[in-house]
Amino acid sequence: MDWFSPEEWQAIQLSLSVALRSVLFGLPPAVLAAWLLARCRFPGNTLLDAFVHLPLVMPPVVVGWLLLVTFGIRGPVGAWLHDWFGIRLVFTTGGAALATAVMSFPLIVRAVRLSLDAVDPGLEEAARTLGAGPLDRFVTITLPLIAPGILSGAITAFAAGLGEFGAVITFASNIPGQTQTLPLAIYSATQTPGGEATAAKLAAVSFTMAIAGLLLAELVGRRMQVLLGRAPR
Amino acid sequence: MLDVTLQHRFPGFTLDAAFTAPASGVTALFGPSGCGKSTILAAVAGLLRPEAGRVVLNGQALFDSASGRMLPPERRRCGVVFQDSRLFPHLSVETNLRYGLRRAPSVPKGGPVEGPGMEEVIALLGIGHLLGRRPAALSGGEKQRVALGRALLSRPDLLLMDEPLAALDAARKSEVLPFLSRLRERLSIPVLYVTHALDEVDRLADTLVLMEAGRILAHGPVEALAARTDLPLLAARRDIGAVLACTVQAHDTERGLSQLHFAGGTLIVPLDPSPPGTRVRVRVRARDVSVATTRPQDISVQNVLPALVERVEHGQPHEAMLHLRVGEVLLLSRITRDAVARLGLRPGAAVWALVKSVAFTPTGGPST
Repeated sequence: MDWFSPEEWQAIQLSLSVALRSVLFGLPPAVLAAWLLARCRFPGNTLLDAFVHLPLVMPPVVVGWLLLVTFGIRGPVGAWLHDWFGIRLVFTTGGAALATAVMSFPLIVRAVRLSLDAVDPGLEEAARTLGAGPLDRFVTITLPLIAPGILSGAITAFAAGLGEFGAVITFASNIPGQTQTLPLAIYSATQTPGGEATAAKLAAVSFTMAIAGLLLAELVGRRMQVLLGRAPR
Repeated sequence: MLDVTLQHRFPGFTLDAAFTAPASGVTALFGPSGCGKSTILAAVAGLLRPEAGRVVLNGQALFDSASGRMLPPERRRCGVVFQDSRLFPHLSVETNLRYGLRRAPSVPKGGPVEGPGMEEVIALLGIGHLLGRRPAALSGGEKQRVALGRALLSRPDLLLMDEPLAALDAARKSEVLPFLSRLRERLSIPVLYVTHALDEVDRLADTLVLMEAGRILAHGPVEALAARTDLPLLAARRDIGAVLACTVQAHDTERGLSQLHFAGGTLIVPLDPSPPGTRVRVRVRARDVSVATTRPQDISVQNVLPALVERVEHGQPHEAMLHLRVGEVLLLSRITRDAVARLGLRPGAAVWALVKSVAFTPTGGPST
């Protein structure tokens, strides 16, 4: 399609790729965190809860800056990753995905935790008495029952990740083709004389994708409830 | 054999109980709500860790606070049927049934004694037509039958049932009860059955553990405990009465009657569906037993049994409880004090005990 210039296409594709990777990175630890918060009582539970939700309430720029301090080449984790694995996150697509993952992390945790709370612990008890060990129970009972939450959380996080701005620009910078996702491209366009048309086009794309993501999350959630035998067909 | 000794403190309530359940047969934990019977069940299943005590099943300690041993539920081999069935909503009935089966050890420890297999359980519980359905599409009674099958197929060493019929209405309950009594004949493992319904005890239990406020009041064979008028929990009920172990002797379909043999003679009851030779248990409620000093003629009452007054008890203000010896068994009769005075009833007096046939609620065994 020639509606978009190659640069605009690049931004759209990069956004999709970064959002997808952020969800894939973030999903397993988010499910684990949700499970810990919903099912385990341990000292520091409240602290973990607050920590998980920090990205939701902190300015994204601050999150980006904290990532820069931690994962930068001279940061404690960044230096270790660089020295041992040769991985550099700052100013890379991977870094953009990491920043996006951190920002959308609480969204997934919240969705998964809500569906975990809706799962009757009695079912897990029943599985126990039938001889299922902890991992077995989680995989055969808990995971399928919270699948709607995981899926709708992932879709919401993906949709939100398409538009992550502050954390990405602070941690990964605004490099076309590498870290310049949709919102960053829109920002750049508004800063360029004559870039209004580009900004409008990309904004429309952004809007459409966000709406589609939300609708999809809702639809999938409802369909899963039926599949799980919770709602009538 | 199951040996249980437990102490556990709850806010405002202390559980302190010890009892033994025989190696086979149904042991009912009976008592009012909140007396701790479900807590005992949870502790035996391993879903609750009591503060102190021991749970020993067939010589193996499942829990022992002295040595700090606490086997997790998944390794206790206790099948549990919960009041709220707890079927897995995302799995079909068949997959639910196979859940325990797939996790059961292939060779049972106890020797070659195999528990009932998939086909047998499905036939025994009459759930063949439900296999493809989801739990959400089942009635309450069907759910409980599937839950029972699921627990059985995990090939347990002990079956625990936590008020499995309490959530069902009367119609559903009478639909599930025959399956339970049929199962009772087939099982060779001990069953612990928690209930607050006396009719379930009469029909299913061999041994009764009577509980109140976290303590065990009495413990013994159902027939022996049923006639104990000194146990307020039972005596205060309107349906107190002797429970008799009987054998179905013959049916008279034309007259609509069945003959049951018991250790004191023969009872004539409304037609029972069980085949002759079946062992059934009937409750003869004290309020349904009248006495006469001479054998009455021209009377509609079918059961006229020679009896000896053993004891006259004055519990209630205007009522008396007679203990009547009929052959080897003891019947209870609740009559007015006035009747006791008029007939001059004293211990040692020979009387006739009268019980109308229609007073017997059908409690028979298999009835399908």
